[in-house]
Amino acid sequence: MTAETVIGAVPAKAEFRTCQYTGLKVDVAAQRLIIANAVAAVVFLAIGGLMGLLVALTRWPAVHLLPADWFYLILTGHGANVLLFWIIFFEMAILYFASAVLLNSRLAAPKLGWLGFILMIVGALATNVAVLQGDSSVMFTSYPPMMAKPHFYLGIILFAVGALIGCGLFFATLVIAKEEGTYEGSIPLVTFGALTAAIIAVFTIASGAIILIPTWLWSLGLISDIDPLMYKVVWWAMGHSSQQINVSAHVSLWYLTAALLVGAKPLSEKVSRTAFFMYILFLQLASAHHLLAEPGMDASWKIVNTSYMMYLAVMGSMVHGLTVPGAIEAAQRRNGFDRGMFEWLRKAPWGNPAFSGMFLSLVFFGFIGGISGVVLGTEQLNVLMHNTIYVPGHFHGTVVAGTTLAFMGATYIVLPLIFQREIVWPKLAKIQPYLFGIGAAGISLFMMGAGTLGVARRHWDMTFSDASIGFAHSAGAFLMMGLNGIFAIIAAIGGIIFVLVVVATAFFGKKITSGHKLTFPLFSGGGAVASHYGSEKAPKLPGTIILVTIFFVCFVLYYFINWKYLSELWLFR
Amino acid sequence: MAVTPPERRIWWNEPIERVELVWIVIAFLWGLFMFVFMIAWHFIGQQNLSKEAYRIAPSAYEAKVDDFAKKNKVREEAGIPVAKPKPGSDVYILGRLWQWWPILELEKGQSYRIHLSSIDWQHGFSLQPTNINIQVHPGYEHVISLTPTQSGEFGIVCNEFCGIGHHTMTGKIYVTEPKKAEAEQRLADGR
Ligand code: HEM
Ligand SMILES: [Cu+2]
Ligand SMILES: [Cu+2]
Repeated sequence: MTAETVIGAVPAKAEFRTCQYTGLKVDVAAQRLIIANAVAAVVFLAIGGLMGLLVALTRWPAVHLLPADWFYLILTGHGANVLLFWIIFFEMAILYFASAVLLNSRLAAPKLGWLGFILMIVGALATNVAVLQGDSSVMFTSYPPMMAKPHFYLGIILFAVGALIGCGLFFATLVIAKEEGTYEGSIPLVTFGALTAAIIAVFTIASGAIILIPTWLWSLGLISDIDPLMYKVVWWAMGHSSQQINVSAHVSLWYLTAALLVGAKPLSEKVSRTAFFMYILFLQLASAHHLLAEPGMDASWKIVNTSYMMYLAVMGSMVHGLTVPGAIEAAQRRNGFDRGMFEWLRKAPWGNPAFSGMFLSLVFFGFIGGISGVVLGTEQLNVLMHNTIYVPGHFHGTVVAGTTLAFMGATYIVLPLIFQREIVWPKLAKIQPYLFGIGAAGISLFMMGAGTLGVARRHWDMTFSDASIGFAHSAGAFLMMGLNGIFAIIAAIGGIIFVLVVVATAFFGKKITSGHKLTFPLFSGGGAVASHYGSEKAPKLPGTIILVTIFFVCFVLYYFINWKYLSELWLFR
Repeated sequence: MAVTPPERRIWWNEPIERVELVWIVIAFLWGLFMFVFMIAWHFIGQQNLSKEAYRIAPSAYEAKVDDFAKKNKVREEAGIPVAKPKPGSDVYILGRLWQWWPILELEKGQSYRIHLSSIDWQHGFSLQPTNINIQVHPGYEHVISLTPTQSGEFGIVCNEFCGIGHHTMTGKIYVTEPKKAEAEQRLADGR
């Protein structure tokens, strides 16, 4: 039985071209789908990112841009457009790339891919319409008993079905590639990472269906009641594991970028693959860390689940945090940058936005998103920042400075290789990851700071001017929110440059013909490294050891500082 | 094709780099430590969220809070009763659109059984500037033994989005110094 008979499609004659830079055989049908999904992703990033700026400017007390109803509306739109639509459209592009392109295979059933794409577009539009109509400002988490319009939920459901189809094509393409022998040995690490993401996505979408379909029926009046606590347990099985999809996807892109730009091979394939595998094994239980401040949850349940069976998934990320810079160091030393501790890092291609995006993503994800995530997810420490603006601070570290920045970096590879267009305005492109990265890191840190001082998330007025019982936040809290506004502007400038460069390149970039020299060149032979199996041999990594040591010291210090804060609170049990 | 010969090794048989192994061991031990520390805090720490919770109909909870406020009312502020319960007793706080009700007056160093619930949507009990944050659900009555360790005026903010008036949802807790409280008590007794 072939993969086609399983999914019921007619085998098509695929049309291929060979990439002149990587030597990879590219299925033109896959290429079109990658372009469509990437373009849709960028459109939703543009919309959602602009909404983010409006939100941040409203939360800047001195500016306080939007009126309250618009603030909550735009904030709902911001969450949905960036967290769901931007990220997941881009992930579809990654799945098609990591299967068909990296394996030199044809894509299974491209027509189904288009069906999925259309469902996702229709869903995303329906949800946006519901939000903009104004009766669905329920935030993207849509906790009952607060109710949105039925098409708010239906849009997300359709979007998820489309994404599920994309995952199905990814699996089917892996099967086809194996059957047709388009690669030898094991699938490459990047594809393995994408496989991790796709497997988690199936679990995620199933949880989403279990909770959102009843909620949709409830909004139609067909079900009388949704238990708010049960909703959260199941919703976060989707909401949290979808973050694991993001992590798997962007870690795969770290490896891909390192391979294509400096020829980096994993230190050992076994370790890196096991680290990916841990995401599948241990993160599904983590919805618990969204329920630490909820009534009636048992402490042992919380501890077991937040420690993800003793933090084995965090360990997975910590392993990637060593092996990715380690692989880059090993490759750079092999490339001749072998002097001292850090020549390999100094002489890395910092002028290439694909590299700077990737490396900043790695640093910010680990130092900001990762450390704050563990602290926030610790059973008792959660009470210190649950639902404060610390929480968006944390996840702008993971999903903006981490995932979004990694996706942006990878786009600078996708544009020449898949769109086959030379990047316009290379000077702007060069500074873009720095602007966006610094902005994103800034908003993460300042929101975390404000949250530590008690500022609430999803909150229009930190002066409480309309409240019958007044309350005044400290001057420090106001300062943090002002700085947040300033860095939001920096991030927004970086985001706008990104969107402009991508759109201009896609439509007006010089067509790449054979023999063209890329503005941002790849490492010769990088394509082979990315699409094949193989570990680095016996590298020396003093620089990486120093980097991870610094990381570990920060981690431990920050962890204990928070216990100290906790111990100064009122007593409760 | 610019390809090196594929290396067809079986990945689970390869040796692991030494740095990787050391890092894995460190990460594992640190994870183990953090795991144990959460458990340890239940014994050595004074801040652990209680799991005592009951299902309750919102109207039943509202009645309990009304009763509590009536019995313990010492004065009114902006039309909201200020309740001064006895140390150690059951204290009820109600979250509703858009108010934490009633206002409380507690005594520093004394423990109270604080009940939290909502009668409409979810709310976020956020005690400031102390920064204790607890989720409040309709239909669930959460009981927490709380001991103030500072005196003064504290705000309760709502930090779970609860509709258009979310940012106007506040409440208040006064904490008095035990000495002053005792003094007042003596005064009252002497009268
Ligand atoms: C220019 C870039 C961005 C800026 C300035 C920005 C700023 C903000 C701010 C200020 C908040 C509101 C916090 C609150 O009041 O609770 C927020 C919420 C949020 N942001 Fe962003 N953001 C940006 C980009 C992104 C991106 C790229 C993503 C996802 C990939 C993202 C995901 C979210 C999510 C999920 C929320 C929570 C919404 C909610 O509470 O329902 N943001 N953002
Ligand atoms: Cu509220
Ligand atoms: Cu609220």
